[in-house]
Amino acid sequence: MNDIPLVSTKNLSVFFGLGRKLFGERQVVRAVENVSLDIPKGSFFGLVGESGSGKTTLGRAILRAAPITGGHIKYNDGEVDYDVATINKKQLKDYRKRSQLIFQDPYAALSPRMTVRDIIAEPLEVMGLTSSRRETDERVREMAAKCRLNLEHLRRFPHAFSGGQRQRISIARALVCKPRFLVADESVAALDVSIQADILNLLKSLTDEMGITFLFISHDLSVVAHVCDYVAVMYLGQIVEEAPTRKLFSRPRHPYTAALLSAIPSLDPDDEQDAIKLEGEIPSPLSPPSGCRFHTRCAHVQARCQSESPQWRKIDDGHFAACHFTDELKL
Amino acid sequence: MAEIAPTASSSAADLAEQRRKEAYFTAGQLQLIWARFKRNKSAMWGGTVLISLILMGVFAPFLSPYDPTISGRDKEYQNGAPQIPYFWDENGFSLRPFIYTSSRTRSAKTNFRWVSQVDKDKRRFVELFVRGWDYYFIDLQLDIPGDAFDVNIQLFKSNLHLFGVNEGYIHVFGTDGPGKDIFSRTLHAIYTSLAVGTIGVMISFVLALIIGGVSGFYGGWLDSILQMITDAVRTVPAIPLFMALAAFIPDEWSAELRFAFISIILGLIGWPTLARRVRTHLLTERSQDYVLAAKLCGASPGHVIRRHLLPSFTSYIIVDLVISFPYMVLSETALSFIGLGLKDPVNSLGVMLQNVTKTDVLLNYQWYFIPVIFFMALVMAFVFVGDGLRDAADPYSGHK
Amino acid sequence: MDSPLIKIENLTLQFKTDEGLITAVDNVSFELVPGEILGLVGESGSGKSVTAKSLMLLNPGNAVYSPESQITLTIEGNTVDVFNLKSASQLKVVRGGAISMIFQEPMASFAPAITIGDQMVEQLLLHSHMTKKEAVTHSIEMLERVGISDAPTRFKQYAFEFSGGMRQRAMIAMALSTKPKLLIADEPTTALDVTIQAQVIDLMKDLVAEFGMAILFITHDLGVIAQTADRVAVMYLGNIIETGSVRQVIKEPAHPYTQGLLNAIPKLERLDEPLTPVPGDIPSPLDRPPGCVFHTRCSQMIEGKCDTLVPSRTTLKVGHTASCFVAEGSSDGEFEAVA
Repeated sequence: MNDIPLVSTKNLSVFFGLGRKLFGERQVVRAVENVSLDIPKGSFFGLVGESGSGKTTLGRAILRAAPITGGHIKYNDGEVDYDVATINKKQLKDYRKRSQLIFQDPYAALSPRMTVRDIIAEPLEVMGLTSSRRETDERVREMAAKCRLNLEHLRRFPHAFSGGQRQRISIARALVCKPRFLVADESVAALDVSIQADILNLLKSLTDEMGITFLFISHDLSVVAHVCDYVAVMYLGQIVEEAPTRKLFSRPRHPYTAALLSAIPSLDPDDEQDAIKLEGEIPSPLSPPSGCRFHTRCAHVQARCQSESPQWRKIDDGHFAACHFTDELKL
Repeated sequence: MAEIAPTASSSAADLAEQRRKEAYFTAGQLQLIWARFKRNKSAMWGGTVLISLILMGVFAPFLSPYDPTISGRDKEYQNGAPQIPYFWDENGFSLRPFIYTSSRTRSAKTNFRWVSQVDKDKRRFVELFVRGWDYYFIDLQLDIPGDAFDVNIQLFKSNLHLFGVNEGYIHVFGTDGPGKDIFSRTLHAIYTSLAVGTIGVMISFVLALIIGGVSGFYGGWLDSILQMITDAVRTVPAIPLFMALAAFIPDEWSAELRFAFISIILGLIGWPTLARRVRTHLLTERSQDYVLAAKLCGASPGHVIRRHLLPSFTSYIIVDLVISFPYMVLSETALSFIGLGLKDPVNSLGVMLQNVTKTDVLLNYQWYFIPVIFFMALVMAFVFVGDGLRDAADPYSGHK
Repeated sequence: MDSPLIKIENLTLQFKTDEGLITAVDNVSFELVPGEILGLVGESGSGKSVTAKSLMLLNPGNAVYSPESQITLTIEGNTVDVFNLKSASQLKVVRGGAISMIFQEPMASFAPAITIGDQMVEQLLLHSHMTKKEAVTHSIEMLERVGISDAPTRFKQYAFEFSGGMRQRAMIAMALSTKPKLLIADEPTTALDVTIQAQVIDLMKDLVAEFGMAILFITHDLGVIAQTADRVAVMYLGNIIETGSVRQVIKEPAHPYTQGLLNAIPKLERLDEPLTPVPGDIPSPLDRPPGCVFHTRCSQMIEGKCDTLVPSRTTLKVGHTASCFVAEGSSDGEFEAVA
């Protein structure tokens, strides 16, 4: 694994304006605030959070599919090196060839009036990556075969396929331009469990084979635990903990991570789960709590948490957390 | 990935089933719409009626035995009742259909009023494919004011007509005051109304696509401004507008020019509804994931519109077009009826109905209303076809 | 042994569609006793939602029930044959009265332009003899009971002012305010965040203990079932292929589909094992496989048997049944076909 991360965000912020309240200030949704994240080259990086955490926005901002309010996103794959937040049009075009997105909803991600062949071929045609129709067809067929779609399927329209098959078509489309960086936004959330396993295995084998760095966004911790090398946990627009997977799951250092882990229902009916019950609802990103954003629901909250934002601290090799009391807490 | 476990025996029925399913999987949008449309009985009936009426209108000169204008009138048979051909009467059977001769006389006995007499012995036989008055298949004559530009296209002259009689005239739907054949006029009226409708719809459509398209695609302040313009145009009341226009149109303008002008004006005030629909479709489709996927490949707005947005609402637009048609036809009819639209000799239903308000007509010459049936059929046919298309046009609903 | 609260026998349901007659539920039989939580588990296309809606005759007009289907409700000694209920007033007994239902998408279940309070009161007035004042008090109490703070204010708010978890709680409050004997929960926690899901599940378990009602819990999430249900029925393509206590089915799954499903679930305790999906794809409902519906994807299929004969439900152990020839063969208990 190289030392230079493929994607490195520094103090990245994404705010959305919501329009003015009558006679009031402009309402701003602070979807992502001050996020610094390093995604190592070749890794399968998990980004976990619940609703309102900003994980989808972060993923899209990295791809320049969401407006960036502040900060930097450094992209360096050995061939090119630029700041995605400030690149010009030409560099953006180049970036588009190297980075792609796989969507959550397999039913909305495919144009219903295009054949599967055309859907997969579109990136090649738009970006001008092939010189003849024959070459395009060959590459389409090659990618389709890798995703276990056969020739007959190429002639059909999306309405002929199930959710899992459509997701495979989405994956084929994302991979056909041979990108270096893929973002999967809840790509298996809408699928049944057995199909989910199938798609995850496919993703892993393809990214290993093609040497792709993967940002896997999900709310499902068990899935992330199985496929990712590193995991970052987000809460209300900020990253609260980041660690290699095993370390995060065996010894979480942030109260929110611990609560998330204990909330996952265990498959063993006899397992007496002493789940950490988080009180209350997730606050609105329109007005996040002061100080540590998690303090309103934290079982270990103290006065300091309300007034002071915790520092992003290194705990161990590759393991970081943002909490005032990481050393003292036994989670 | 095995969809169907291969069964031990693949009979012909199984193969047919396979092929049917494959056809379903590979069916494009238009094919799916057509398949669903075919299953809708009322829509298919509507479609048949519509196509028949359109053909009748297009081939009006061929089907009409007489010139619908004043030059084709029958002085002998004014305000005459419809003459239905008979095959059989007290004088015997005839293979060829015939009608009676009627003549009229004026005398002192009848206070110098015209009195008609039907002579049952003198038969006039109906003949097919007769030679009659001249017409052109493509006939476009526009005398645009000013000498710069006149359109005068007349192609494919013919004088063949479907039917006529060996002597005199046959009036299947009767005649009106000056003696013009109502049957011929009805067919030509269908043609005129369809032509006005087509021009009007085409103009609305082009305007709606551009304005609604730009509005829906770009959104933001451009959308707001265009929407304000759309709403403003929509509130223009038709009747005062046409009254003003009627006063403005100089008398020298030929009937054809007047006809073109009315069609264009109808189109110009008809676009707001369609534009709003286009905008709504675009706004919904624009935020779909697959559009974002295309943008993430660096697709230009033109590509996104062409390959994703336009195909996605083609079916809706076809429906909207078909449904706008009857409104155009009815608008023109209403305007002509109150005298603000077309005038003689260009005839449309509205023009033909200008005379029906007299009590004389209502009491004595009821056949003046026969064209109304045709127009009801035309409008209803459009509505049924439009409804059928709308139901068929969303083949992806309920498929998850 | 209590007599069953609701008994479903030989329920078979088909839908008339453009593509033909689709079998959604095939010969499904099960029962629920009061105070029990039965989990109905299956993936998409398994027919679990359709089965649940049949209990209240909520399926769309193109649904065709087979004549052998029978659903019998027993409340306080009175039996009601659900398929015999015709008029709206008769159906009212079942819908919202003895049986209540909560859905996956609470936003879709609440009318957006009416306050939550008004909807709850309307429900009560329809099903009980309370006066409006009593209904209001009772509704506010229920809101408090499900853990919504500041209930009197919330009572007057609209659905969009509630967060996802709160809406689900409000829906539970509304469903329970008529004190039903059976609560059907159709994927109630699927759309919720995992921390909120934990809260809602606890709430439901408490309420069952307090009200003594039964819950038919429909979900695809076996983890939730493991922590919530007493018994489980696993569905695949319209058939129930295995039933049993939660311990039996999850710890000793007998049917290859159940085994495959459990293997496919990512488990935090076994991070080293690769994920093993169930091979193949679910057949389209237009193409139901002959014989055992699962045989096209089964690694343990017996040639000549599983692809032609339909396995009947056999009892492997007390309370544990499976419809599978392979399971029959390997069970060492006595087996008797359950009719």
